[in-house]
Amino acid sequence: MGQFKRRDVAIISVGTTEFGELWDKGLKDLAWEAGVKAVEAAGIGGKDIQYIVFGNMSGGLFVGQEHVAALVADFLGLNSVPATRVEAACASGGAAFLQAYMAVASGMYDIVVAGGVEKMTDVGAGQAASILSGAMDYEWEAYFGATFPGVYALMARRYMHEYGLKADTLAKVAVKNHYHGSLNPLAHFRNRITEEEALSSPIVADPLRRYDCCPVSDGAACAILAPLEVARKYTDTPIIIRAVAQASDTLSLLGRGDLCTLKATVKAAGWAFEEAKVSRKDIDMVEVHDCFTIAELLALEDLGFCKKGEAEKLYSEGQTYVGGELPVNTDGGLKAGGHAVGATGIKQIVEVTRQLRGEAKNGRQVDGAEVGLAHNVGGTGATAVVAILSRR
Amino acid sequence: MSSLGIPQHWRTIRERYRLLGARCEKCNTNYFPPRKVCPKCRRRGKTTQVEFSGKGKIFTYTVINASSKAFENYIPYIVGLVELDEGPRVLSQIVDCKPEDVHIGMEVEACFRKIFEQDDGGIISYGFKFRPYDDSWAKDYERNI
Amino acid sequence: MGVEEKAVPSMDEDTTTIAVEAARNAMKRAPEVKPGEFGAIYVGSESHPYAVKPTAATVAEAMGLTPNLTAADLEFACKAATAAMQACLGLIKGGYMKYGISIGADTAQSAPGDALEYTAAAGGAAYVIGGDGVIAEIEGTHSYTQDVPDFWRRDGTRYPSHAGRFTGEPAYFEHVIDCSRALFEKLGTSAKDYDYAVFHQPNAKFPLRAAKLLGFEERKVLPGMVVNKVGNTYSGSSLLGLAAILDMAKEGDRILMTSYGSGAGSDSFSMRLTDRVEQKRRLSPPVRYYIERREYIDYSMYARFERLLKG
Repeated sequence: MGQFKRRDVAIISVGTTEFGELWDKGLKDLAWEAGVKAVEAAGIGGKDIQYIVFGNMSGGLFVGQEHVAALVADFLGLNSVPATRVEAACASGGAAFLQAYMAVASGMYDIVVAGGVEKMTDVGAGQAASILSGAMDYEWEAYFGATFPGVYALMARRYMHEYGLKADTLAKVAVKNHYHGSLNPLAHFRNRITEEEALSSPIVADPLRRYDCCPVSDGAACAILAPLEVARKYTDTPIIIRAVAQASDTLSLLGRGDLCTLKATVKAAGWAFEEAKVSRKDIDMVEVHDCFTIAELLALEDLGFCKKGEAEKLYSEGQTYVGGELPVNTDGGLKAGGHAVGATGIKQIVEVTRQLRGEAKNGRQVDGAEVGLAHNVGGTGATAVVAILSRR
Repeated sequence: MSSLGIPQHWRTIRERYRLLGARCEKCNTNYFPPRKVCPKCRRRGKTTQVEFSGKGKIFTYTVINASSKAFENYIPYIVGLVELDEGPRVLSQIVDCKPEDVHIGMEVEACFRKIFEQDDGGIISYGFKFRPYDDSWAKDYERNI
Repeated sequence: MGVEEKAVPSMDEDTTTIAVEAARNAMKRAPEVKPGEFGAIYVGSESHPYAVKPTAATVAEAMGLTPNLTAADLEFACKAATAAMQACLGLIKGGYMKYGISIGADTAQSAPGDALEYTAAAGGAAYVIGGDGVIAEIEGTHSYTQDVPDFWRRDGTRYPSHAGRFTGEPAYFEHVIDCSRALFEKLGTSAKDYDYAVFHQPNAKFPLRAAKLLGFEERKVLPGMVVNKVGNTYSGSSLLGLAAILDMAKEGDRILMTSYGSGAGSDSFSMRLTDRVEQKRRLSPPVRYYIERREYIDYSMYARFERLLKG
């Protein structure tokens, strides 16, 4: 990463919509809602905003709309403000966050809106699955019959073969995320489930069952960034961005050597921890990319919280619940919290921010959370973004 | 899937029909699909066309129960990552066997099959799939019918 | 009718995929021939996947024979591929090319409940024709063609129609018998001069009766009979039978093959095997391997594969 002097950046406010099947809200409505919540919380006016970066995977295929960032700026009444859409499949939000961070850290802009939005339920489920398959290698994976759950299933089976993973560990991930989701009023799913229910749900792509797969959701999320030196003008609890790092890997599984490791996560995590000057032990909670239960296990290992093949231990010991050694996905993650593709990366930032401010409710708050990490992945790991935030 | 443009489909015909890939002449690494640039050697490398034999082993697999419209009729079908003898891995369907017979390490060979047919009246896409490798016939040529 | 079981294609198979598999097996048995040396490729079938778009072009691409060769799809009910072999002979003898390939393949269609449903099957065979390195020398060929409406399918209709018992005497038997006899006369041979005979096999009875009428003992015909286990593979039928014979015959053996295509016509070939047949056949699986390597499915699965139930 670059060695020239940069300024420190903080998050001064956040806002999200509910995530779910939101029939009466279109793409603009969702972005507006999240945006307004964040702007009002920061107590700023439209004239203060200097740049808007919005993550969105496929406005074009879902709702026939490209040029999404310009649309958002327009609908928020912010015309003249430059607005750019960032796309990195399911990591669009995280990638937008990096872009927004760079804009403030470099000194080019002061108040920047980092957002994400996806409207996925205006098309049928089959169509949505087809659109999502664009996150894979279309020509050499989707073309031959692979589905998105299918490629993660290929990884899951390989992981089972190499590390002896059992299906009930995957179920534990889903159960935990549904538990956290039940404590989050904005989550897509608020029902608790049992391991038995998870293990007897229909197979989507063997060995992944319905409860191993995140839903298709509508939603939007927003975070407003400002230079740290002026952040206290806008909030008493600015959250410091200690690092944002992004890395890439092969688009398809074809070129990967080790199917059980997302190199992009490993690289991004390495750069982020180095930049943030914190260690894994310092992290009090994480939001990881659990598009499928297997992905959560891989994430914890690739982020360096445990050795490859050993994430299972954290689950058999219940350490990833709020109150445990390392709370994971305290808002329900993607599985229960919902996955509005372009918004997810920002939604994760929002949850970490809330945790670090002590604002999580209903028993979801991690006591004394000082440092948090958000991890957003695109496709099967071709893009990974890791952000480390702290209270001080 | 059915919105696939014709030229896009046509450009990969040879790779799909004959498992054509590329080899970097500098480091002798084989690639599928073919690459213009060897990621290891980049400018110092030179890639040439190579046709793979079709023999390989299953590296991992899954059974798909929910698919896009183009593959609906085939549900449940097996998708696998096949590691070719020459090195590269290829994603493809595994056919002519039951899901319970598939295992990691299973020897397979490429065969030419329909991948999908575009909705009523559209083109048919052909390409490689993999079936269990069986050379039992080679040892047994003296028997009469 | 003597047919015990029949082969049906998997959902991802069609005439083109069958043709490619057969052609690749044929190519393995002709290792001395380079793909660029092919001057012609013909595919004979009554179930080409496209009404307009040549199966032969796809097969040529799949085999790496493109682009410098001629290609065409032929149709003459079940004898298109043998007519294609004659076309190859002509191009080779005329000095236009060194090698050609003719493939007969079908995924035969039949209306549910019709008698044809018992026998209509899927299969194919391919033959590389050339001047050098042959496993069989074609001594002569004769054809016999007339307009006879014994079996047909109108464009746009899904299943063929046939004229019942009329398909016997004036159709199959007249053409197969008269064509074979004419070839005998041309070459000055008779049944006793042949070690094997293979005919088009719409069922198990017709070819055995034709053989008898031509003076062949049953033992010369049985090795080429595949219909009882495979069914009628239409354009692949006599060629598959010939392949079965080539899997076990030896140097010096003489074989008569007479195909039959409804509409109607027959192509007869007289061939003598060389010393190369025993070596070369080891390079690809024999017909019996394909016959034995099978999975039984029930009618509802068959209906699903054949897409008999629409919607």
